[in-house]
Amino acid sequence: MHILTDLFFTIISTIWDVLPIAAIIFGFQLAVLRKPIPNLKKIITGFILVLLGLGFFLEGLEAALFPLGKLMAQQLTDPSFIAHGDSEKVLGWWDYKWVYLFAFAIGFSTTIAEPSLLAVAIKANQVSAGSIGIWGLRIAVALGVAIGIGLGAYRIVTGTPLYWYIITGYVFVVIQTWYAPRMIIALAYDSGGVTTSTVTVPLVAALGLGLSTTVPGRSALLDGFGLIAFASLFPIMSVMAYAQFSEWTAKRSKNQKT
Amino acid sequence: MKPFRAIVSSLLDSLRDLLPIILVIGFFQLAVLQQPIPNFGEIAIGIVFVVIGLTLFVHGLNMGLFPIGETMAYSFASKGSIFWLLVFAFALGFGTTVAEPALIAVADEAAKVAASGNMIEDDEKARASYAFGLRITVAVSVGFAILIGVFRIIKGWPIQYLIIVGYIGVVIMTIFAPQEIIGIAYDSGGVTTSTITVPLVTALGVGLASSIKGRNPMTDGFGLIAFASLTPMIFVMGYGMVV
Repeated sequence: MHILTDLFFTIISTIWDVLPIAAIIFGFQLAVLRKPIPNLKKIITGFILVLLGLGFFLEGLEAALFPLGKLMAQQLTDPSFIAHGDSEKVLGWWDYKWVYLFAFAIGFSTTIAEPSLLAVAIKANQVSAGSIGIWGLRIAVALGVAIGIGLGAYRIVTGTPLYWYIITGYVFVVIQTWYAPRMIIALAYDSGGVTTSTVTVPLVAALGLGLSTTVPGRSALLDGFGLIAFASLFPIMSVMAYAQFSEWTAKRSKNQKT
Repeated sequence: MKPFRAIVSSLLDSLRDLLPIILVIGFFQLAVLQQPIPNFGEIAIGIVFVVIGLTLFVHGLNMGLFPIGETMAYSFASKGSIFWLLVFAFALGFGTTVAEPALIAVADEAAKVAASGNMIEDDEKARASYAFGLRITVAVSVGFAILIGVFRIIKGWPIQYLIIVGYIGVVIMTIFAPQEIIGIAYDSGGVTTSTITVPLVTALGVGLASSIKGRNPMTDGFGLIAFASLTPMIFVMGYGMVV
């Protein structure tokens, strides 16, 4: 059972990652705040559960989904798959249609499984007293990431400069901020950063690398980056759109009643 | 029977979170690539691990990470020392980022790009020192971001003005930064915030906003992560210009 020894090492390395955080928290608690931590036992149990949970989570992804997903990203971007064995064919951007669909689908599905997004959604649901749904937020963010990664894949295929897209995106975000309900703005900006961690980054990085090494004229080092930037920008817009849409439906049903 | 049923239902929740990935990978493997699923047993064990892991994580979140973040926010607010709160904010941002595995990977990639673009010499030592410098740069920028974000919560400034200033900063830096660094810089914003940092920082922000009078946890409490994903872009492009 080598998966169990792998699990052990993954947990050890997770503990290693958490040590600086624990040191900062307990250091400040003891040296600056000089107060005992309430419910210390429960909190330590919580930390241990988080560590074990992340260990299992990462090891499971590493054993099951990452190898297959990465292999898939390679195979889908392979010229022989895209040109159907016709090596003479000049590839246009539309020949990569399965790649865009894969990018969209993998962006959506990995975001739904992202633990840090789940954490923020739970918190937002508590703070908004239930008016922001856990699933509503997660699906809004996941759609944003899906559109972002899909468009990012198109950008690598066509080779247009990254900053055009990002700066245009910024302009849209700023305009949308003017019209979005005030309570959602901070949360929407946050959701850009939380979407891309443990599950999304490895698979998306494999896709970017696969595309940029196989599309003629692209270099892995220069064009392989940028998908994560797309995935952190589009959720801002989709979450604000989600709030605007809920506000609109709420208004409409109110008008119908009166 | 009750705790048993609770465990089963939270395991089912985690399975449901995972279902979209399983469907997507299954569909592309069987229908698009038309290949069988290799190592079926190993994949099944892996999925069980992921489901257990996600369940434990969510429980630990509610027991450990959320309460400690909020408790510390309340204690700092009642102690009333803004100085120490800001020191804590910086330390938390710096400390959680400097050891972040995703950042280490990105920094190593960036060093390769810099070496191939003749920005630094292409040997082991030059690349290692470039990558280390980049890591420290990003960690400082995240520490700075959390510090600014906490200060904003205390002052109650609307987040959009600060973010727009940040966007303008990114655009200006993009004009002057070397072409090779732009892609990495843009990506570095997204990778810095890890699965443990996010809940902790969110709880800190929400806790602060709910313990300071006149602040609304919804409009003021969120936003720390947004700063933490914006400043690294500016700082990394700055690093690319200086080194």
